[in-house]
Amino acid sequence: MAKKYESGVKEYRDTYWTPDYIPLDTDLLACFKCTGQEGVPREEVAAAVAAESSTGTWSAVWSELLTDLDFYKGRCYRIEDVPGDKEAFYAFIAYPLDLFEEGSITNVLTSLVGNVFGFKALRHLRLEDIRFPMAFIKTCMGPPNGIVVERDRMNKYGRPLLGCTIKPKLGLSGKNYGRVVYECLRGGLDFTKDDENINSQPFQRWQNRFEFVAEATNLAQQETGEKKGHYLNCTAATPEEMYERAEFAKELGQPIIMHDYITGGFTANTGLAKWCRKNGMLLHIHRAMHAVIDRHPKHGIHFRVLAKCLRLSGGDQLHTGTVVGKLEGDRQSTLGYIDQLRESFVPEDRSRGNFFDQDWGSMGGVFAVASGGIHCWHMPALVAIFGDDSVLQFGGGTHGHPWGSAAGAAANRVALEACVKARNAGREIEREGRDILLEAAKHSPELAIALETWKEIKFEFDTVDKLDT
Amino acid sequence: MPFKSTVGDYQTVATLETFGFLPPMTQDEIYDQIAYIIAQGWSPLVEHVHPSNSMVTYWSYWKLPFFGEKDLGVIVNELEACHRAYPDHHVRLVGYDAYTQSQGSCFVVFEGR
Repeated sequence: MAKKYESGVKEYRDTYWTPDYIPLDTDLLACFKCTGQEGVPREEVAAAVAAESSTGTWSAVWSELLTDLDFYKGRCYRIEDVPGDKEAFYAFIAYPLDLFEEGSITNVLTSLVGNVFGFKALRHLRLEDIRFPMAFIKTCMGPPNGIVVERDRMNKYGRPLLGCTIKPKLGLSGKNYGRVVYECLRGGLDFTKDDENINSQPFQRWQNRFEFVAEATNLAQQETGEKKGHYLNCTAATPEEMYERAEFAKELGQPIIMHDYITGGFTANTGLAKWCRKNGMLLHIHRAMHAVIDRHPKHGIHFRVLAKCLRLSGGDQLHTGTVVGKLEGDRQSTLGYIDQLRESFVPEDRSRGNFFDQDWGSMGGVFAVASGGIHCWHMPALVAIFGDDSVLQFGGGTHGHPWGSAAGAAANRVALEACVKARNAGREIEREGRDILLEAAKHSPELAIALETWKEIKFEFDTVDKLDT
Repeated sequence: MPFKSTVGDYQTVATLETFGFLPPMTQDEIYDQIAYIIAQGWSPLVEHVHPSNSMVTYWSYWKLPFFGEKDLGVIVNELEACHRAYPDHHVRLVGYDAYTQSQGSCFVVFEGR
């Protein structure tokens, strides 16, 4: 029956709080952690979030009667306490599929984390998780290649891949930069990486870097007999320049390029991922700016959401933190979102921070990249935490070796292979890690020196963003 | 006083991917790796190639993948038979995973010359 227009301000909960609603398989579901202003009832806060992130505005408007808004509105269907927190609560909101453009992560985020985050009735708001319906997932291309194809292209099986960022991260000429790439790769790494800050600065223009790096990877490949690659950072000021760099990397016969998906933006990322699928290139994804968005436990977006969004937007490798190194990362929470990158189905599991069952269907997997303040003593823990479908990246832990980057690379390769071999033989590598590394060092002076160099380094600070328990 | 350096020289080595940086495995260590492949539910597969050609994608199969083979002894015998038939070839053992269509494990057991 047609409704009558009544002007004025209505309470959000009259329209957007629907505790009897049973979400559809095609709904996009979101879990927000809400902290309202004092005195505002939870249902009103939750309903306001549902309204402001979907169809609503602060006042009733005549034009909403031109459509059937009940068909399009987001609904809050459940409110839950946050364990250990009296102020905050979880609001579960269901959005109809038709609110979003097919294949556009940009559009999903513009709605879900748009204006609503500045809403005055809220003190804090954090998007904890999104359940993407299969009907939406099927409209996204996802990783250009995926884990299986990347292994086939790079001929790396049965172990994590090994990488390293070139240091110093800024200030090297193209030729000197290529030298460091060559040293790392001849020493036994699979990949080296442009630092995220390296784009095309006055000391090293991109074309010059690409040419020297191509020579370095080709030479190392020839001399070692193993496949090698370097993530050529194509992040640029404009999409046109980004594609120009990607085309040149392909012209040079390089296997992999790189993009910074948060500073570069989801639209640029999705475009570059599609270019990679079409051109047979692997795509490494950096996540600069993520900690601005995901570190505060009560405000922002949890990284598991950003990780899910990247898998849909497209990338073959994504940085996930290390758990054990210099950068923030809770172990259970990290395990939760690396599942989201790699598995085809991830069940709801609050102990890992996953609020929904998430079916990924046939979408390819993304390698988890562990990078930042790690060295060879961390190897047993890294192999245990991240498993084979990961890239372990040691920057200081490679170049800081007393004999230089090649020896540092060899030390890490020996440590990695010793841990994988021990794991396969049934040993508990985290508990027996010390013995495994010391045994391996007997056959490798490079590893023995590395173990001596970094024996005292630890990064033991408590994590800021913990799971709610 | 002569110059004494604590810096060593790292010589590039030609290696054959996974486990290429470890010393050759003993027979018992190879058994452990085969047992791991079988325990994961992967099919053992033996491949070989002449060292001059080791970077190609397709090494020659030795017979066919040993689909569903659970007997460690059978795999050891096949590895040795392949090595006897092609003594100058690299021989590698693969744990083939039909579910992912990938290789859960892959390493060279005999290095050819």
